[in-house]
Amino acid sequence: MSNHDWPLWEIFIRSKNGLDHKHAGSLHATDAQMAIENARDVYTRRMEGVSIWVVESKYIHASNPDESSSLYDPANDKPYRHPTFYELPDELKNM
Amino acid sequence: MQIINEEKIFADKIDEEIKIEPKDWMPDQYRKTLIRQISQHAHSEIVGMLPEANWITRAPTLRRKATLIAKVQDEAGHGLYLYSAAETLNISRDEMLKQLHSGKAKYSSIFNYPTLTWADMGAIGWLVDGAAIMNQVPLCRCSYGPYARAMIRICKEESFHQRQGFEILLTLSKGSKAQKQMAQDAINRWWWPSIMMFGPNDDASPHSKQSMEWKIKRFSNDELRQKFIDVCAEQVKILGLVLPDEKLKWNEETKHYDFGEINWEEFRNVVNGNGPCNKERLEARVKAHEDGAWVRDAAAAYSEKRKSREQKAVA
Ligand SMILES: [Fe+2]
Ligand SMILES: [Fe+2]
Repeated sequence: MSNHDWPLWEIFIRSKNGLDHKHAGSLHATDAQMAIENARDVYTRRMEGVSIWVVESKYIHASNPDESSSLYDPANDKPYRHPTFYELPDELKNM
Repeated sequence: MQIINEEKIFADKIDEEIKIEPKDWMPDQYRKTLIRQISQHAHSEIVGMLPEANWITRAPTLRRKATLIAKVQDEAGHGLYLYSAAETLNISRDEMLKQLHSGKAKYSSIFNYPTLTWADMGAIGWLVDGAAIMNQVPLCRCSYGPYARAMIRICKEESFHQRQGFEILLTLSKGSKAQKQMAQDAINRWWWPSIMMFGPNDDASPHSKQSMEWKIKRFSNDELRQKFIDVCAEQVKILGLVLPDEKLKWNEETKHYDFGEINWEEFRNVVNGNGPCNKERLEARVKAHEDGAWVRDAAAAYSEKRKSREQKAVA
């Protein structure tokens, strides 16, 4: 297996306990173990994370940007999903 | 159904400051420009490790040595972020490395100058990283998402690079007469190549206009160069040293520093491969890649072994 066969991995890093893992970037590695080790050196040299997830890029399925309007539009006409939709008197506290 | 005009969607996004992402439609020329720029940028980070690596074993104190190793390691990281960003445009890492190693690809010509004394580590940090930062900060708002995100990460890391360089020069400038002279000599050698890092004058820079329209670039070469000169002309006073330009003078009217003529002949020579260290840098890079082949082979063999063990364990 020569270098260019090494698969690409997407790296997700949890910056602090309690927060979500966030996409940090990608890198090449032969397997998951090596991807985690490389991610440690490439993406967390300054204590940027407490946990690393690696996913081989080919397993990531993405929404199609051309369909974004049909995918997200329906939420647009449902403002009643947001708390500000409801008109309540100012005297009402702690809600 | 509405006919989607891809070019119009792309242009609207650029207008509205919406980032272009890898799966979005983009003009061929936009893709090509970005591949060229991002891969050259990545190569510069990687080749940029060489002049400084020269001084790791000769750093004057343990503190300076640890700092220099950390800085050089950061530059390797920057190269990797940028190669990854370029790969999202459908060019492989292998192809980019081939372009670099064959001499086909360019990298920043500043790294083709030699590092003669320890003071050069100071001048490089202050001036070379300083010029790079001046160039890179606006790239954080570049229209191509993966490039912009890589640049944000890089800029965060760069600021210590410049500060440690200035600290080296400051220490030397307060030292013995010989040390102060050494600092001045380094500044004399690095100043002009550093301001050439912003590229040719605007009227001689053919790609600039299109790149500005695409919001890959936000400021012209000359604008950024002027900004850099204005900043450095003030900073150098703190060192009690001077920039090697007799024509450098504050202009009350323009509120900028006037400066002398840049030697573009030298710039073109270095870009075209005839700088003092072009050959040496490329050879060092190719040698590092070839000497590292066994590491890549071993890593690949080890992962094969682990995989077959896992399969046996399942069976
Ligand atoms: Fe860098
Ligand atoms: Fe740097």
